[in-house]
Amino acid sequence: MNSTGGLLRQAPRLTLLLLIGPVMAGLAGTIMPVFAAASPHDPSPFQALWAWQGLPCAIRLSLITGLVSTLLSLAIAVLVVATLLGSRAFFALSHLLSPLLAVPHAAAALGLAFLIAPSGWIMRVISPWATGWTIPPDLLILNDPAGLALIMGLVVKEVPFLLLMTLAALPQTDAHRRLTVAASLGYGQVWGFMLAVLPVLYRQLRLPVYAVLAYAMTAVEMAMILGPSLPPTLSVQITHWMMEPSFAHRGIAAAATVVQMGLVLVTLAAFIITEGLAKIALIAAAGAGHRMRGPDAGLRKLALGLGGAITLLLCAALATLALWSVAGLWPFPNTMPDTLTLRTWVQAGPDLASTAAQTLGIAALSTAIALTLVLACLEAEHRFALIPGQWSLWLLYLPLLVPQIAFLPGLQAFALRAGVSGTTISVSACHIVFVLPYVFLSLSAPFRAWDQRHATAAAALGAAPGRVFWQVRLPMLLPAVLTATALGFAVSIGQYLPSLLIGGGRIETLTTEAVALSSGGNRRIIGAYGLLQTLLPGIGFALALALPRLVYRHRRAMLTPGIR
Amino acid sequence: MNRRDFAKLSVSAAALLAFAPRAYAGDWQSVLAAAKGQTVFWHAWGGDTKINDFIAWVGGQAEAQFGVKIEHVKLAATSDAVAAVVAEQAAGKLEGGAVDLIWINGENFAAMKSAGLLHGPFADDLPNWPLVDAMGKPAVVTDFTLPTEGFESPWALAQFVFEYDSARLPTPPKTLAELASWIKAHPGRFSYPQPPDYLGTTFLKQILYGVLRDPMVLQVAVDAASYDATVAPLWALLDDIHPSLWRQAKAFPANEPALGQLLADGEVDISFAFNPGRASAEIAAGNLADTVRTFVLEGGSIGNASFVAIPFNAAHQAGAMVVANLLLDPAVQARAQDPALLGFQTVLNLAALGPEDRAKFDALALGVATLSPADLGPGLLEPHASWMSKISEDWVKRYGVAG
Repeated sequence: MNSTGGLLRQAPRLTLLLLIGPVMAGLAGTIMPVFAAASPHDPSPFQALWAWQGLPCAIRLSLITGLVSTLLSLAIAVLVVATLLGSRAFFALSHLLSPLLAVPHAAAALGLAFLIAPSGWIMRVISPWATGWTIPPDLLILNDPAGLALIMGLVVKEVPFLLLMTLAALPQTDAHRRLTVAASLGYGQVWGFMLAVLPVLYRQLRLPVYAVLAYAMTAVEMAMILGPSLPPTLSVQITHWMMEPSFAHRGIAAAATVVQMGLVLVTLAAFIITEGLAKIALIAAAGAGHRMRGPDAGLRKLALGLGGAITLLLCAALATLALWSVAGLWPFPNTMPDTLTLRTWVQAGPDLASTAAQTLGIAALSTAIALTLVLACLEAEHRFALIPGQWSLWLLYLPLLVPQIAFLPGLQAFALRAGVSGTTISVSACHIVFVLPYVFLSLSAPFRAWDQRHATAAAALGAAPGRVFWQVRLPMLLPAVLTATALGFAVSIGQYLPSLLIGGGRIETLTTEAVALSSGGNRRIIGAYGLLQTLLPGIGFALALALPRLVYRHRRAMLTPGIR
Repeated sequence: MNRRDFAKLSVSAAALLAFAPRAYAGDWQSVLAAAKGQTVFWHAWGGDTKINDFIAWVGGQAEAQFGVKIEHVKLAATSDAVAAVVAEQAAGKLEGGAVDLIWINGENFAAMKSAGLLHGPFADDLPNWPLVDAMGKPAVVTDFTLPTEGFESPWALAQFVFEYDSARLPTPPKTLAELASWIKAHPGRFSYPQPPDYLGTTFLKQILYGVLRDPMVLQVAVDAASYDATVAPLWALLDDIHPSLWRQAKAFPANEPALGQLLADGEVDISFAFNPGRASAEIAAGNLADTVRTFVLEGGSIGNASFVAIPFNAAHQAGAMVVANLLLDPAVQARAQDPALLGFQTVLNLAALGPEDRAKFDALALGVATLSPADLGPGLLEPHASWMSKISEDWVKRYGVAG
């Protein structure tokens, strides 16, 4: 008993080590080739990088697409919460958007590409009757040099994430009473929210926002599908260099990674400074005492429009994937395919099934380990009355803040040297780094909110702490555990770079296949892979919702939201 | 390049063949015995479902006929397999290697052959080798100007053809100059895959054949001193047409399937492929309108062969040789040429086949969009492999980083 207690007590430390170890080792491994440059007459990796003419443009692209999409996503999420909080529309929107969070980035990007391309579904629906076009117009909508399509894709994917993070943070802000006071002082709804709730709310939102910014600046699969290619964003170019089999570009890729990392750090610093300035500006504006009731109605319409548009875009994107996967001949500008056929599914069936099985196996292993560790951490926190510091939250977020492209190549080099590259086990192990933070974020709040008096009562009846955990706490937290599990599956299934790099190109998952196929342009097979990639996490979430209903069918009170 | 040059090249290729060494003459029965029960890891580009299906079918045949299983390792790029063998050699793994058979040609073959990474020569010893048309189809023994010398065995012929939708474009251009002026007269209706993509670079080489005064320079390695002046007409032509390309050349399709999708969507009016039968096969599969047809420019178009090679350290060399031989089987070749399945051109000499085997080819319809051999015109030999890398590198410098 003592030894398990000892092990349990170490769980938080072990977990943090598992998160930080790979990130730090990977960073070191990525940066090392810069200094280990070959012979003296070879140009140094940095010289080679400066000599690449695409560099300024690639940097500008990463910076602008990352910043603009983050600011837009944050603005939209805050606007939706500020204008619609408590309304029926808000309820509907948050229920529609939370399952959409499970849509992998690659599938969302592929679906959007099919939707908005000049030959895409939107254009087909409005042609030729509204546009007069019988052939697709020559418009640079996808892969545009300014990265507008990429920004749109990122916003569509990040708004649901930030919205759900906001929803999770709201209960701790006492928003309702603050808004009531603001309203009683005559403030408009939005302005009152900005002044009274946002400052408290944003404190909780900072880390998610930084994670979004770091992700958006370095996203690989979305930028590959929606972003420009002449040149691509810096992170995509790094991926191209990394994946070259000749190893000739490893040096320049490492140098570019250093630049990319610096870029993210500088941008984050600038962002934090801007936060301070915004705070000063907000205080100054509050002092002016304007009530700003005028814009409320307009802003509410804007929020409804934007929220609705994002939901619609994501749903339509998924529908396009589904439609293409069963399409026969589908020439422009026909709204629907001329013929529907299951040929794609039948032909690709065996491949799809084996890839899906491999994807699920990897997800199951990484989620199971992550879940065990998270439960052990939380239980240790409870039993030994450990108080997690603010820094532990930062460490938890580390794998989400450090760009994947910065530490995964180094991790890949270690895996290669250790001879474990290209196995499903090593890919699973790497996924834990990304799955664990999400599982923790999702499970910690309900776990900590659990009414301790149940434990006291059970202990008074003679139950040991272990029995309390297994027979009281875990059954009562079943819905939360299942939701965290589904989220873990969704995160693992959606991983692209970890699967590609640690798998050495030999481990095929639905996501690596979907992204690889996206360059091929065979929409039918892309549709099938993209749809399946979305369906699997979707089924996971559906199960997470349905199972408690089945298990608790005789204990209806357990299903009340209070427990979750 | 005119027909006389082409004949000259053919003759020189045949001469090379005559002097090719025949070092290895194994007993085929012992090869078959050793191969039985082996699983051959065939590393082959996996980007086309039609080709993947064909490889799976060959696997079924190999198992039924010879007890050899085929595991198709689907590659994003052939250079991945080359890198795997290079890494094994560096690690001192001289036998039991992971790669048994590679679908290969061009620079990858040149690199492996010069580094001594290939098993062989073996091709001339395959029982089906006498059926191969090495005289009539010199590309099967000359890979990007490099004599194969039996270190790889051919299995399909490809030739560059343009594709167009006859419903939208009744008469396609006949010369490079006509194509250029058609592009300028129809802005946004033409594009090519972004180099260094294989097909995109082949398009650049096809232009080179059209603009060079003496295309024979392409048959030797790039000469650094004269290179800039030699290729100036290529860049001049691209500079001229780029503003009129699809998306004003600010975006390019990624590869052959992506370009094909643009034609299917009606985003471009003329596309191209490295397979005269691709359009017919896509029409048969219901992915392309049945009004799509193909054409070639006067003077011919680039042709090359697809080969299979066996790494020096392959774990299952006997099995790999059995597969290489099976790929030359008339029944397999006829299936590959079936326009409804692949539409690849055979490497065999139909005149050398028995009547029963020849009937398999005669029974094949040409395919609604496929040109007859006469209309397909002469196949121009691939330039020396150094041209491919040099012009794609320069393309990226000139157009790939414009922003």
